Amino acid sequence: MSTATATPRRGRLEAWLYILQRLSALVMVPLVVVHLVVIIIAVQNGLSAQEILARTQASSAWPLLYGLFMAAAALHGAIGLRAVARESLPRHRALSDIAALIFVAVVLLLGFRAVAAIA
Amino acid sequence: MTIRNFVESKDDDGDAKPIGEIKVSIWRGGDHGTLQTFAVPHYESQTVLDVVTWVQHKLDPGLSYRFSCRVGMCGTCAMTVNGQPRWTCRTHVSRVVSNGELEIRPLRNLPVIKDLVVDMAPFFDKWHDGHGYFEPSQPGAQTVARVDGGSPARKHASAAIECIGCAVCYAACDVVAWQSEYLGPAALNRAWTLVNDERDNDRMGHLAAVAVAGGCHGCHSMGSCASHCPNSLNPTASIAGLKREVTKAILKGEL
Repeated sequence: MSTATATPRRGRLEAWLYILQRLSALVMVPLVVVHLVVIIIAVQNGLSAQEILARTQASSAWPLLYGLFMAAAALHGAIGLRAVARESLPRHRALSDIAALIFVAVVLLLGFRAVAAIA
Repeated sequence: MTIRNFVESKDDDGDAKPIGEIKVSIWRGGDHGTLQTFAVPHYESQTVLDVVTWVQHKLDPGLSYRFSCRVGMCGTCAMTVNGQPRWTCRTHVSRVVSNGELEIRPLRNLPVIKDLVVDMAPFFDKWHDGHGYFEPSQPGAQTVARVDGGSPARKHASAAIECIGCAVCYAACDVVAWQSEYLGPAALNRAWTLVNDERDNDRMGHLAAVAVAGGCHGCHSMGSCASHCPNSLNPTASIAGLKREVTKAILKGEL
């Protein structure tokens, strides 16, 4: 007879957040490089709204790229902030979770609004 | 006020002659105690445990501390010496003394019972919480399991197996200080040895126990445990291994 205990099904949240934070980092690494290169190229002739819009509206790839970048950053940052908040406010776990959810919601809202504006 | 006993310090220890004097501050009382200062003769090859013992024998028999083997095998004499958790029996005074002064406190992150004695119960409770115990697959088996010493899993287990439970890593870990529920480097290191033990019958149970809040994902990989471990183990690497195996198990739908 096996003495193995039943595997509890609770508590996978931490592991999933860990996986999501790593995946979002993987997404961001190439996008950060693209972002920095675009900045350097774009500022060569001065920055203007017209110049930015001319570039981003030329192809639907740009809004898609920035949308993905923003979503990954929102997710990555919120998970990190949750960890910092849980360690800084150990007696207020629920508050840390709520703060992280509000953070990700606000960043996604403002971020998609900005992406829609350049699409 | 510095407590001293010059007469006995010069006559004691046979022919040994002090090479100087150390100002030793020792924690007295419980969690809300205070430091008390003693003047202790400094000898060649003197360990911090020798200093504590000298104070208890010569100056204050009421000083409480733990030790057993005195040779770095049992791990009971761990204390905080000049801010660093260490085995006092394996720490020469000459290596850690700073401007002729030593500050000796109980281990961090554990409740202080009295003076240099901490309550180790929370530390070992977390070994249990982290499912840090063997699950036999063959109760009453008469055969001895044949384990390939060269297999990757056995190499992982062997690299982490020599922990003697001294709690130096637990005291060195900032995550333990920040998150009271964090299992800590030693308990997670123990879980890692079991995850890699092919005789164990509940690999998923071990992974499930460390995939919770306070489990392996709380580690920030700062490496304080590894840099302080007196046995030169690397719990940070063990915890990274647990994160890796938990991730694989979840993505495969096993956990």
